[in-house]
Amino acid sequence: MSGGHDLGGLSGLGPIAPEPESNEPVFHAEWEKRVFALTMASGSLRRWNLDESRHARERQHPADYLRNSYYENWLAGLETLLVEKGLLSAKELATGVSQGEVSDSEAAPLRASDVPQVLSRGGPVEMVIEGAPCFTPGDRVRVCSQDPRAHTRAPVYVRGRIGRIKAHHGAHVFADQHARGQREGRHLYSVAFSSSELWASSENRDTEFKVMVDLWEPHLELA
Amino acid sequence: MADNDHSHDHDHDHTEPPGDLELKVKALESLLVEKGLVDPAALDVLIETYEHKVGPRNGAQVVAQAWAQPQFKEWLLRDGAAAIASLGFTGRQGEHLRVVENTTTVHNLVVCTLCSCYPWPVLGLPPVWYKSAPYRSRAVSDPRGVLAEFGTTLDHDTEIRVWDSTSEMRYLVLPQRPQGTQDWTQAQLASLVSRNAMIGVEKAQQPEDGTAA
Repeated sequence: MSGGHDLGGLSGLGPIAPEPESNEPVFHAEWEKRVFALTMASGSLRRWNLDESRHARERQHPADYLRNSYYENWLAGLETLLVEKGLLSAKELATGVSQGEVSDSEAAPLRASDVPQVLSRGGPVEMVIEGAPCFTPGDRVRVCSQDPRAHTRAPVYVRGRIGRIKAHHGAHVFADQHARGQREGRHLYSVAFSSSELWASSENRDTEFKVMVDLWEPHLELA
Repeated sequence: MADNDHSHDHDHDHTEPPGDLELKVKALESLLVEKGLVDPAALDVLIETYEHKVGPRNGAQVVAQAWAQPQFKEWLLRDGAAAIASLGFTGRQGEHLRVVENTTTVHNLVVCTLCSCYPWPVLGLPPVWYKSAPYRSRAVSDPRGVLAEFGTTLDHDTEIRVWDSTSEMRYLVLPQRPQGTQDWTQAQLASLVSRNAMIGVEKAQQPEDGTAA
């Protein structure tokens, strides 16, 4: 889906205005710390995966997504998933008062002593799959132009565009399906696009540059 | 910069929280704790980890080692995840790391146009600007303009490669080693490596004015 999150190539969003690196806190408010940690801890209950988490943020109204600060979007995504997965009822979320029933008695909370191990284990997504990769480095490929109307990691600005396979990363969990709860591996590639292919009609052309985008086999066809 | 002197008249991805947001998050935390879904002590460890332990000094150590040891650099560029793991930096959001090298003819820049993907074990959590709509929108369409906003200019014929982090591959830029650092120790070299240089919006710092070769 091409929601408010799919920002590559948009204009008019203003200056970047970076804070100086030497003087920039990791978090800018106490509530940001708690939203970050609540999201990580709730994620470790394993009732949803990272792509479902991304999709929950992206499904907001584009105006909300763009108006919200970063951690407000995290909070919105977390609330959506807690209710959808039955860990909280909508009433509990609205009132802040527990209705008593344990919605998910199997859910084991992340303990402080387990945090280092959980973080260092991470969540590898490389898989061994049957079937050789369809493309090899140097192949010209076109990105599917269809909008899947669901979570996808193929950004709008490369859809329908032609690039060249630069590298094969192996088979990784296919994010688009992972957001629907299915863990299946597909071959993943680094695809190089020239700026003139992406922005031919734009005023942004200065000198040429390349954009490398990671795309899975189902996103691509030989051009 | 303290919260109360951090005000903006533009609308990038960072707004001052209204007080009710603070309350709303507290209420959510209490609810999740009461229902046995979250252990508040674990929240504190998570925050402590990313506020004080995991950050861009890790990445700077990787870069300094690559500058100082050609064999390590060769390994780092061939198998970034393994070489970086050998220094003890592994895990969440760094499961599939790839290092891309800046040279006299190539400059790399990393972005995530769709969200905020970033190599946590070596850089920590991303800065506000990296997650902001202005950076995410323009890094792939006007990289030279973006670099100029960071005060970075490149030779006209330098090839720019922008890496959009659309999968779980994570990208770290290996900046060019500054001139005049032949005799520097790894610790001294690491002091020249900013976080921004490892994202690719800046170059590594030069040795102090007057000492550069």
